[in-house]
Amino acid sequence: MAQVDQKALLEFVLRQGDNTLVLGHRVSEWCGHAPVLEEDIALANTALDLIGQTQMWLGLAAEIEGEGRTADDMAFLRDAWDFRNLLLVELPNGDFGRTILRQFLFDAFSAIYLPLLTKSADPRVAEIAAKATKEVAYHLERSAQTVVGLGDGSEESHARMQEALDYLWPYVGEMFASDGVDQAMAEAGIGPDPAGLRAEYDALIGRVLSEATLRIPEDSFAHKGGRNGYMHTEHLGHLLTQMQWLQRAYPGCEW
Amino acid sequence: MKKEWPLWEVFIRGQHGLNHRHVGSLHAPDAETAILNARDVYTRRNEGLSIWVVEARHISASAPGDKGPLFEPSESKVYRHPTFYDIPKDVGHM
Repeated sequence: MAQVDQKALLEFVLRQGDNTLVLGHRVSEWCGHAPVLEEDIALANTALDLIGQTQMWLGLAAEIEGEGRTADDMAFLRDAWDFRNLLLVELPNGDFGRTILRQFLFDAFSAIYLPLLTKSADPRVAEIAAKATKEVAYHLERSAQTVVGLGDGSEESHARMQEALDYLWPYVGEMFASDGVDQAMAEAGIGPDPAGLRAEYDALIGRVLSEATLRIPEDSFAHKGGRNGYMHTEHLGHLLTQMQWLQRAYPGCEW
Repeated sequence: MKKEWPLWEVFIRGQHGLNHRHVGSLHAPDAETAILNARDVYTRRNEGLSIWVVEARHISASAPGDKGPLFEPSESKVYRHPTFYDIPKDVGHM
């Protein structure tokens, strides 16, 4: 294995862990609020899977950083500008339809990306990806099926899903907006450059969205700035105040 | 239009080759979703290897009020239990 730039590797691992952390937190916000009991439990299960993946990714990030921090420190003691998640996952939940569509758009990417990471030259990355791949296959089955059910459902559910797609679409492009970190990872055999996965992704979501009778917006404008930490949306800071307040108010508190 | 999703009865086969057993019920718009919901509601603790769902309206049940005529006549017919036979030792455990 070629010498891997540790700074780029850390950045790469943070991107994975921050995606699952922020989305996991967002999904957990539904706990006790979902429209039906069955969806409530399913969303909580999904959130727990994502937080479990976070624990592994951020644990690895702390290890690579080598400053004695833990996965918890990474989750609860970094501020908004340190986060490397996609803007897509920090967007507010909106209605149930938007939450499910956001989940689907993320699941579809993960379902393509993670299996490739299982072949990573870094065994730690490969191991995390192997565990997460099975969870994500289920997430995708569930979110895709729900997107079809709601998109090709009643007049109201269809309208809400189309509105959600119009709102979320400009945040899809960032998944494929690769940079030097991705190129370094590709060269070192750690993980593929996401830019090369766009066609497969478009084919996957195209199938599901067409079955859901939803129209993909033609505008290809993409919001960026999350995965490289350049500029998050205003929503991330609010999310972090909720998620981190206990460790901020009672530093080092354990229970 | 009825807005409530139909009720589904859930049957799960556990780890050790047992029969599917009724574990509870849930609401879902269709059979596929009922299976996913059953997975999320009833197999969170690694309980199952296989899931069956059936819409509750497809289950015909005996009426509780018919308990007398249906079941009581068999109470006085102990000879229906196979306990009156001498089993040869060679048969071993049955």
